[in-house]
Amino acid sequence: MAYSDKVLDHYNNPRNVGSLDKSDPNVGTGMVGAPECGDVMKLQLKVDPSTGIIEDAKFKTFGCGSAIASSSLATEWIKGRTVDEALQIKNTDIVNELSLPPVKIHCSVLAEDAIKAAIADYKKKQSAAEAQPVAQEA
Amino acid sequence: MKLPIYMDYHATTPMDPRVFETMAPYFTEWFGNAASRNHAFGWKAEEAVETARKQIAGLIGANPKEIIFTSGATESNNLAIKGVAEMYAEKGNHIITAATEHKAVLDTCKRLEKHGCRVTYLPVKADGLIDLDMLREAITDKTILISIMYANNEIGVLQPIAEIGRIARERGVLFHTDAVQAAGKVPLDVNRDNIDLASITAHKMYGPKGVGALYVRRKNPRVQLTAQMDGGGHERGMRSGTLNVPGIVGFGAAAAICQREMPEESARLRRLRDKLKDRLVSELDEVYINGSMEHRLPNNLNISFAYVEGESLLMGINDVAVSSGSACTSATLEPSYVLKALGAGDDLAHSSIRFGLGRFNTEEEVDYVAEKVISVVRKLRELSPLYEMVKEGVDLAKVQWSAH
Repeated sequence: MAYSDKVLDHYNNPRNVGSLDKSDPNVGTGMVGAPECGDVMKLQLKVDPSTGIIEDAKFKTFGCGSAIASSSLATEWIKGRTVDEALQIKNTDIVNELSLPPVKIHCSVLAEDAIKAAIADYKKKQSAAEAQPVAQEA
Repeated sequence: MKLPIYMDYHATTPMDPRVFETMAPYFTEWFGNAASRNHAFGWKAEEAVETARKQIAGLIGANPKEIIFTSGATESNNLAIKGVAEMYAEKGNHIITAATEHKAVLDTCKRLEKHGCRVTYLPVKADGLIDLDMLREAITDKTILISIMYANNEIGVLQPIAEIGRIARERGVLFHTDAVQAAGKVPLDVNRDNIDLASITAHKMYGPKGVGALYVRRKNPRVQLTAQMDGGGHERGMRSGTLNVPGIVGFGAAAAICQREMPEESARLRRLRDKLKDRLVSELDEVYINGSMEHRLPNNLNISFAYVEGESLLMGINDVAVSSGSACTSATLEPSYVLKALGAGDDLAHSSIRFGLGRFNTEEEVDYVAEKVISVVRKLRELSPLYEMVKEGVDLAKVQWSAH
């Protein structure tokens, strides 16, 4: 199967590879997929709480070239967007940008899921952090 | 050194130029039909076919009359299994095979199950070999055929063929072996091993594609087959159709070269294969060899690089032609059923690469491939969340994964 130039570019020069501090309350971590299915994506984002803007994003992916490219692209896209804007990213946007063939659509779905999971984790941490001081005062 | 490097000799082999030379005149000059009995064109073609038959028989210790030409090993496997099932239907309807057989055997058996046959699919042990006690226990008074491959096409393991042959003979059951990967690579002897039927093909031994053979034993016992195609009654009535004379000539020449050069060639390939294995195993952690190293073709290496997905690895070594057991590289999106049968877990199947070395690989190529694989595995592990977790001490088996 031939890969598109954009998939090759992300595979050869993946953007934003790495990890952020999981314990930071401003960092959300999403981990989706399973090793026995052949792909696992970890996507992390760091939000500036005063603006709601995602100031940093990192990923690590176990999976095929298209899975790596999808997650690399996802980190590129969410950086600089607000949390709400990031939630608007659809897997079909990734499919179109990377010209993924039908058998690779699940890679884009996984990337969308990873963004959503990371944001959900961030929101959970935020509401816990808001609840905590109240609890201490009581 | 020329790129890309071909290291996928289990899929197919390039034709040896000596084979090609032998074939060439039979396309244009001596193009006769081997069944034309009354002119020189026919005689010349027939003579060439009979020479090839002797060469192929010689490679496996058979009598030339026991070689039936086909279009390839898929047809040979179909003819052997369906032909026996039909011919011996009155004697019984039970066939024994193994879970790691080629699809040409497995799917043939599945079709026969729809037509009233009963099939036992023996599991394999972690090393890829069948358990001989399980084989003995599986035989019933209705068993007519045991079909177990000689060497596996993915992991290269050699089944205990001599023992299987002995068991089959003792119990009066016919023994067929898919010997596609073994023929020309390791010494085969149908009499030593009590083999009654054997499938082989030219393009896995530096011959042309589109021509294969089925060895059919003529005495002790005399094996009979029901033909699966109707026609002119060629090949002792077992396989009708005008013979592919140039293909058969090439098959014969390829077999003769393999027989002559096997001792030297297999020692050379074993040394190169071991060099590749030793480098990968010593320079990378968490690599796992799939299947027995002891009972294995000299030219095969099937290895899993944990926490790295196979297709992404192939992408990184795109100037090296190898194959992977990863789901992403298969048409069905299922990881290799052969690796799954070893019980190692789907994750290691996704991470597997098959290296098949052959006649035209050089030491320089092996060094290049080892270097390249090591650097790409390292790069992809930097990118792998699984490798990171394992290094942090996380037990991946205990993680709650969101399966999709």
